[in-house]
Amino acid sequence: MIETRKLVKRFGVKTVLRGLDFQVQEGEFVALLGPNGAGKTTFLRILASLARPTLGEVRISGFRLPAQAAAVRQRLGVVSHLPLLYGDLTAEENLRFYARIYGLRHQDRRIDEVLGLVGLAQRRRDLVRTFSRGMQQRLAIGRAVLHDPDVMLFDEPHTGLDQEASAMLDNVLRDVAARNRTVVMTSHDLVRVADLASRFDILSRGIIAASVKRQDIDPNSLLAFYRQAIQEAPS
Amino acid sequence: METKPRLLTILDGVTIILLAVATALVFFFTPIEAVMGNVQKVFYFHVANAWVGMLGFMASAIAGIAYLRTGKRSWDIVGMASVEISVVFLLIAIVTGSIWARPVWNTWWTWDPRLTTAAIMELIYAAYLLLRQGIEDPDRRARFGAVYAILGFISVPLTFLSIRIFRTIHPVVIGNADPSAQGSFDMSPAMLRTFMFSLLVFSFIFADLLWHRIRLGHLADKVEQLKLKVTQ
Amino acid sequence: MKPDPALTNIQAANSSMTSSRPLASFIRATAAIVWKDLAAELRSRELLSAMLVFALLVILIFNFAMELDAKARATVTSGVLWVTFAFAGTLGLNRSMAMEKDRGCLDGLLLAPVDRSAIYFGKAIGNLVFMFIVEVIVLPVYSILYNINLFRPGLLLVILLGSVGYVAIGTLLASMAVQTRTRDVLLPILLFPLVIPVLVAAVKGSNGFLQGLEISEIMPWLNLLIVYDVIFTAIAFMVFDYVVEE
Repeated sequence: MIETRKLVKRFGVKTVLRGLDFQVQEGEFVALLGPNGAGKTTFLRILASLARPTLGEVRISGFRLPAQAAAVRQRLGVVSHLPLLYGDLTAEENLRFYARIYGLRHQDRRIDEVLGLVGLAQRRRDLVRTFSRGMQQRLAIGRAVLHDPDVMLFDEPHTGLDQEASAMLDNVLRDVAARNRTVVMTSHDLVRVADLASRFDILSRGIIAASVKRQDIDPNSLLAFYRQAIQEAPS
Repeated sequence: METKPRLLTILDGVTIILLAVATALVFFFTPIEAVMGNVQKVFYFHVANAWVGMLGFMASAIAGIAYLRTGKRSWDIVGMASVEISVVFLLIAIVTGSIWARPVWNTWWTWDPRLTTAAIMELIYAAYLLLRQGIEDPDRRARFGAVYAILGFISVPLTFLSIRIFRTIHPVVIGNADPSAQGSFDMSPAMLRTFMFSLLVFSFIFADLLWHRIRLGHLADKVEQLKLKVTQ
Repeated sequence: MKPDPALTNIQAANSSMTSSRPLASFIRATAAIVWKDLAAELRSRELLSAMLVFALLVILIFNFAMELDAKARATVTSGVLWVTFAFAGTLGLNRSMAMEKDRGCLDGLLLAPVDRSAIYFGKAIGNLVFMFIVEVIVLPVYSILYNINLFRPGLLLVILLGSVGYVAIGTLLASMAVQTRTRDVLLPILLFPLVIPVLVAAVKGSNGFLQGLEISEIMPWLNLLIVYDVIFTAIAFMVFDYVVEE
């Protein structure tokens, strides 16, 4: 479903991703972990078609990036730590806008469904400006699933959320992941993702340093595994 | 580290000699113009500088298009180098023009099409440099620079045209006669020779400085790379 | 949860939607962006009120900066109007783009499966509408304050053509400026040298209509405006991708 081969990304003379190989099967939920500055956000932006690779191949749902970006975008839903919402519009208007630019049919029905899914049906006519961070993040997820994408990318979605909001977010995430969607989520929070993910990949110094499936590891040893992986990565 | 190419050293030498020859020509081997006197001699270097100033514009636009199409860093360095050099040449041209204008037209400045357009071009150059300064990502800096260079280059003929039409429909008279007519003169063969030679010399200076600047750009990149290697 | 049949239908419908008519989706996306900008502005009125107040202040300053008798005022009106529009326009361009950049919304637009130029056209048309609104209010105010009739069709035509040129290149440059460190400060620096042909032609054209000159004398200015509009809209359309994509 997602595949990168020898992916390289340079900013001027600085190389952030050094020949990264990455593969995700349909339905997998991969937690992408790594220290700050490892390149997680850069990698996710490339997968999201928001940045171009310097070298290497990227394929999503069989389509190549950046050549077939439009086809990829139709099947891709992205949630970053910025909400990507317009504060001066209501929740409903925000969703309607995105429904329009994605060219969806049955917009009204779909908007209703999504608002229900993320638990914001009561607040549909409220300005997004008045939403708490947790509510904005939930609406952002709503925006991302509006066009029913096959693949979802989350960049540190729990940033800035309190316990209650995080728990609510987890519920939504489980719901979203349940429909056989392929998910890649970057995170700092090992504990959080331990419950959600089916696989843990560790990005360190520009490549995937280690990868382990949920079933193959005891959640308690996850932290140790992580620490070891980031130390061993070649520079 | 790369050593300075032999050819560049030769070019340096040749350029300096040519400049000396040109200066000598202007002061010792060219007749003094009848009406304007000695100040007319500014003209030889003034036009050459203006020509080179405009050359830089074209070079940066072409380099800009090339960069957008190929994404190669070298084109970006060429574009930036052209602008950096030409901004100085154009400034010299404007100032020498002013020096010439004062005794001849009795004013430091007029708003005729050529001068006004030159001033605007200089401002576009400055804007280009300010734009680059405000961007940290080198790739974005190069892309935006390329786009602005192209936009600037295309706007200049339109700007010139608009001010030209402005002048034809409402001819503004300074003093007693049209100033551009007042400043013109016919060139004797000796003058023409000096004039063409000056053009040649300044083209050499442009090429020489451009080469140096491009080289400097590449070396700066190398330094960045080495810095990264050491700190990682 | 069981798979929702409605969702499956939508997915099937969506896949048939993408392969069909790119032009329709282009127009739809552009329209959606324009609608979004207008709806948001209608609610907050931040942008318009800032532009309007600024424009009126500029006119006020001109009143004191240049002490004009009635006769002098007639010849200087076009200049004052266009300086006002140019400065107020910069405010609008900056704010319109900053709105996208600040909450990462530009990414939201870039994630959509539409041609990037739809973003350009959507923003540009939105900016144009805002400029028109400001101009439509400034004209009567100026007319009243200075006792000049500004409602000549020719003048309105020049304002239309001039605004289009200004916004065409202004939107492109604003997209660049908003991504730099120096942001708001940079836009006028980038914009004004390039927009001089528009200003010259617009001022002379406006003046021509106000003074009641022969159409043949005003034509060169109108032609210049049209040429500028066409050239720079085309170029902006071609290079916009490079300005927003990474």
